[in-house]
Amino acid sequence: MLILTCPNCGLTAEESELAPGGEAHLKRFGPGSEDADFEGYLFQRANPKGVHFERWRHAYGCGKWFLAARCTVTLEVFGTYPAQTTEPPTEIVNKIKAKRPDWSLS
Amino acid sequence: MFNSVSALPGAFSAGAATVSEAGLVGMVTLKADLTDKKVAAAVFEVGGAKIPGQRCIEIAPAGAIAWMAPDEVLIVCSHADAPGVVADLDAKLTGTHHLAVNVSDARVVFDIQGPGAREILAKLAPVDLHPDSFQPGELRRTRIAQVAAAFWMTGDDAFRLVTFRSVAQYAFDVLAMSAKPGGEVRYF
Amino acid sequence: MSTRLGTGGRLIDRTHKLNFSFNGKRLKGFAGDTLAAALMAENQMLVGRSFKYHRPRGIVAAGAEEPNALMNMGRGAKFEPNQRATTTELCEGLTAASQNHWPSLEYDIGALNQYAARVLPAGFYYKTFIHPRPFWKHVFEPIIRQSAGLGQAPKDRDSDRYEHFHADVDVLIIGGGVAGLQSAVIAGRAGARVLLLEQTAHWGGRAPVDGVEVDGQAADIWINNTVQALEAMPNVRLRARCMGAGVYDHGSVLAYERLTDHAPQTDAPRHRLWKIRAHQIITATGAIERPLSFAGNDIPGVMLAAAIRDYVVNYAVSPGDRTVIVTNNDDAYRTAIALHHAGLMVPCIVDARPTATGALPEQARALGIPVKTGTAIAKVKGGKRVTGVALCQQAGEGSVTEEIACDAVGMSGGWSPVVHLWSHCGGKLNWEDQGQFFRPDPARAPISHDGNAFVSAVGSADGHMLTQAVFDSAAAIGTEIATRLGRKVATEPVNVTGPQEQPLVPVWVMPQGAPVEARSKMWLDFQNDVKVSDVQLAAREGYESVEHTKRYTTLGMATDQGKLSNINGLAILANELNARIPEVGTTTFRPPYTPISMGAIAGEARGDIFQPLRRTPLHDWHEDHGAHWEPVGHWRRPYCFPRGEETHAQAVAREIKATRTSLGLLDASTLGKIVVKGPDAGRFMDMLYTNMMSTLQPGKCRYGLMCSENGFLMDDGVVARIDEDTFLCHTTTGGADRIHAHMEDWLQCEWWDWKVFTANITEQWAQIAVVGPNARKLLQKLGGGMDLSASALPFMGWAEGKIGDFDARVFRISFSGELSFEVAVPASQGRAFWDALHAAGAEFNATPYGTEALHVMRAEKGFIMIGDETDGTVIPQDLGLGWAISKKKDDYLGKRAQERAHMIDPARWKLVGLETLDGSVLPDGCYAVAEGVNANGQRNTQGRVTSTYHSPTLSKGIAIGLVLHGPDRMGEIIEFNKVDGGVIRTRIVSPVFYDPEGEKQNV
Repeated sequence: MLILTCPNCGLTAEESELAPGGEAHLKRFGPGSEDADFEGYLFQRANPKGVHFERWRHAYGCGKWFLAARCTVTLEVFGTYPAQTTEPPTEIVNKIKAKRPDWSLS
Repeated sequence: MFNSVSALPGAFSAGAATVSEAGLVGMVTLKADLTDKKVAAAVFEVGGAKIPGQRCIEIAPAGAIAWMAPDEVLIVCSHADAPGVVADLDAKLTGTHHLAVNVSDARVVFDIQGPGAREILAKLAPVDLHPDSFQPGELRRTRIAQVAAAFWMTGDDAFRLVTFRSVAQYAFDVLAMSAKPGGEVRYF
Repeated sequence: MSTRLGTGGRLIDRTHKLNFSFNGKRLKGFAGDTLAAALMAENQMLVGRSFKYHRPRGIVAAGAEEPNALMNMGRGAKFEPNQRATTTELCEGLTAASQNHWPSLEYDIGALNQYAARVLPAGFYYKTFIHPRPFWKHVFEPIIRQSAGLGQAPKDRDSDRYEHFHADVDVLIIGGGVAGLQSAVIAGRAGARVLLLEQTAHWGGRAPVDGVEVDGQAADIWINNTVQALEAMPNVRLRARCMGAGVYDHGSVLAYERLTDHAPQTDAPRHRLWKIRAHQIITATGAIERPLSFAGNDIPGVMLAAAIRDYVVNYAVSPGDRTVIVTNNDDAYRTAIALHHAGLMVPCIVDARPTATGALPEQARALGIPVKTGTAIAKVKGGKRVTGVALCQQAGEGSVTEEIACDAVGMSGGWSPVVHLWSHCGGKLNWEDQGQFFRPDPARAPISHDGNAFVSAVGSADGHMLTQAVFDSAAAIGTEIATRLGRKVATEPVNVTGPQEQPLVPVWVMPQGAPVEARSKMWLDFQNDVKVSDVQLAAREGYESVEHTKRYTTLGMATDQGKLSNINGLAILANELNARIPEVGTTTFRPPYTPISMGAIAGEARGDIFQPLRRTPLHDWHEDHGAHWEPVGHWRRPYCFPRGEETHAQAVAREIKATRTSLGLLDASTLGKIVVKGPDAGRFMDMLYTNMMSTLQPGKCRYGLMCSENGFLMDDGVVARIDEDTFLCHTTTGGADRIHAHMEDWLQCEWWDWKVFTANITEQWAQIAVVGPNARKLLQKLGGGMDLSASALPFMGWAEGKIGDFDARVFRISFSGELSFEVAVPASQGRAFWDALHAAGAEFNATPYGTEALHVMRAEKGFIMIGDETDGTVIPQDLGLGWAISKKKDDYLGKRAQERAHMIDPARWKLVGLETLDGSVLPDGCYAVAEGVNANGQRNTQGRVTSTYHSPTLSKGIAIGLVLHGPDRMGEIIEFNKVDGGVIRTRIVSPVFYDPEGEKQNV
């Protein structure tokens, strides 16, 4: 049972108050896009053994979405940050690199 | 003329704490940029208190203002006043992007009072209800058992809980069940 | 025989006698007894039968590790199988019965299996039941099902109640022995919020039984003083009868509190499941003694040496008159000494070590107890009870040197730390050669959300087997934990007096060179009948992974989950594989530590509050008027309102007829209602819906479709434009929460710069559909001043005002094809409004109708229903709804997906109406057959039924469905198959069966 801190309301909530929303930072491909791009957007998902950027909604709380950087193996949470972000914040990337020297943001 | 009715008029149970339905309560959801001074002024003038801090509730002369989300407050007032509160907010915020809507009837309100009040909620909500952690002035949006709810303290050993009208019976039943004598945890 | 001693027993109250029964026999015990102690005191050592061979089974242990003494407990609504007698506190009137035997415990037919043991080796089931294949279903499975399983399943509904409780603590300490108590003292003094759990009713663990002295006083005194000191600390909570069941992610712990098992008449929850969130967890879970593997080690009367000591000291119960102790370590000598002090005979101590010169062996010798070193048990004699042991040299192959008569054997193969809770959430183990056990590796502790360790082991759970070391480790860990929490501590040294112990010598098979005949009588897993020879066979057959061996042999798969057998089995496997034990590794430790009740897991969620039922403001009226309920999500909606002797079909037909000819009333409150407001609301609506919504005029309504980004139709409903900035979206009953979340997802995560707010106001309104030719007359009769005429409020218009005294929003929309007004009033006014409609509507025969009439009437009109016509693979274009898809918009959710080749394939099945030639009703979901067969030899298909009803209006079966090229095949006859074979000849027709011109709704 994970705990994540919602950056929108500041509450450290447990998993049963949250709803998972899959991979973060997807770029939407709409009408006119190539089939391959659209397929990637709609279906292809990272499934890393390690650092993962993911979407969560504070469903039983403030109702807001946020993003989290989490290790899928150790469940360590490197940080949570607003959903209105197109890429992981530098601060969190640096934190991950400090702890996982072999990791890089691909 | 007809009578407006709350979800579970007169519902009451006694145990480690009393659980009672609070009757008709006015509630208005206001969504807007809470950092906008015009919004703060409108809330103060209409609701009678300032916009509370994150996850807090301000008691007002005729009710309360609760912080629900970074762009949302709940204005608690008398049931009869709610349509007027919406109209006043709309009038004061003309030209400012906002949504004010009466949600009084979409909700049911329960009062949980007595020495066991904290424990009763701790049986149902995944919340740290230790007195060092939860005190009057804080508003907690969470779940009780399987339904969404929000609660705050109205005094020592007294909580007010808001949930959806359609699950009023369920919420009352789980609260009453948790308050049933014999189930005292004596933890806090 | 086993019996009660005349004096002693630190946990029993001899002045308080209790009556209980076992297999119908009336027996007596004392308050403070466990059921196992009381049974033994009444000379009932035989308590069950093993799982596979139905061998007689006696009590082996005194705690949670007991594999044999599993009971059917209680009766009727309080019946529960598989309860361990060793952890069951005796109470007045307790009813227990042994399991897994027929016809009786003493004489069991299934015991014949043991004579077939030679042909029932490890993997027997896997090997035997594979061939011939058809035999499995008809021969093997029925036989196995008959003989499988331990206890009986309860027949009655559980009469007890259960609950959960959430607690957040700085430090959770699991285990109330001296290590746990001392850790709690340190954390408590440091000011941390501490919760200390103990699975039994007593604090202090083994220390008092082992005769330890702490700070110059008996352990009992130190324990009592410490418990009192802890109880006086406002920041410390103690909970006995509360087992730490599982450690989970990020400091989450489940604990299982048993409130009334020892006092079943109490009106209180039976069990409470604690959901604890702990910053730091200390596992002070102690250690479990290991059996030794010698032939006949499963015969009733063979017990763990420390368990014998527990029964003698705690309950004044002697397991036997003459007890032989067999050991590879010093600790077991304590049992011999305790038996001697209790006046019981210890004919000898059999010590497999070449020498035994420690303080405890010397003490035993001084008491006159013969110590035979370098010696092993060649064989235990007896059937349902030990009658003696044959001894041999440990170093040899088992030639018997002498025989000794005895009726109990106390065995000790050393101790294994209880590492379960450490391991549940990823804590790793190191092998310790000196004690021959796995212990927690603090460098590889479970990691919490912050990347830091959150579990620490202390005391014997961390491999500290001597009491002084236990206290020292508690001080060290307590201090470290307090430091992690940023707190300061002052520890005071605790001094323990007790004998020093010499190291054990590993003994995994006794004697060392035992032949196969002997090894096939050495039990590792007593409950599941796994023997040394089975593990060896598995290894020879190539099962090198410990996880595979476990499943192949069932070692450690019994209800005790290998608490006794695990290390012994690993050692055998390692030896057979010529590997070291740590190279073989352990099986996975999974929660719960011991089984917890299903009731505790369910908590309050049973009966009426199993799940939330959502009720509309009119629910009670429906209930009072005989509604037959239909679950729609968590809502309950009336399916129909049968009157008198009416069948449901008759009621539905009556409701439809009344609605179509005069007036029907529908509770439509469950329909989702979401407000969308803001300067960018129109733009947002255009993205959400396939239609052009931004052009909708205030005061007007438009039917709209919503697709997922994958193109599939996900919801539909009528949108009303409230004002320039504001839309009100109606969703399906099941869709309200989902669609609101969908809107917020796009607004917050994709278009966060758009100025739009949404609110789900579904429950603010009671919504009632007033339907039928007299609908307008009824509303006009109620007054209020709204102009409801066709010119003022035309079809697909809406208006706000008063109906009678009620605050109303009136939508002229129709899902039935009739003149229809959907009237929304605030939920608090809903019931009064509904009553007013019925009162005023009496002259029009106002008839409440349910969801089935709603469904039939919409099908008569060819309207689709989300979930019937759609199933997550259907796009609006399939349903003839192309008119609702804007061609002018560059984009909407699902547009790109609908451009994919598969979506524009002309061979997609499309919506049509279907009429059977004989007027019968097509079966729901049936398929239209086509020529030929597919690759699996099944008939090809060319369509399927999505909705099918008897139409009372048209007096025949009507259906709508999806058919290949359907709209181009009007009038064609195709065949739908029936479940029982045969086909139904059916004509393809327009999906609009009733009033195709829409004249009735548009008046």
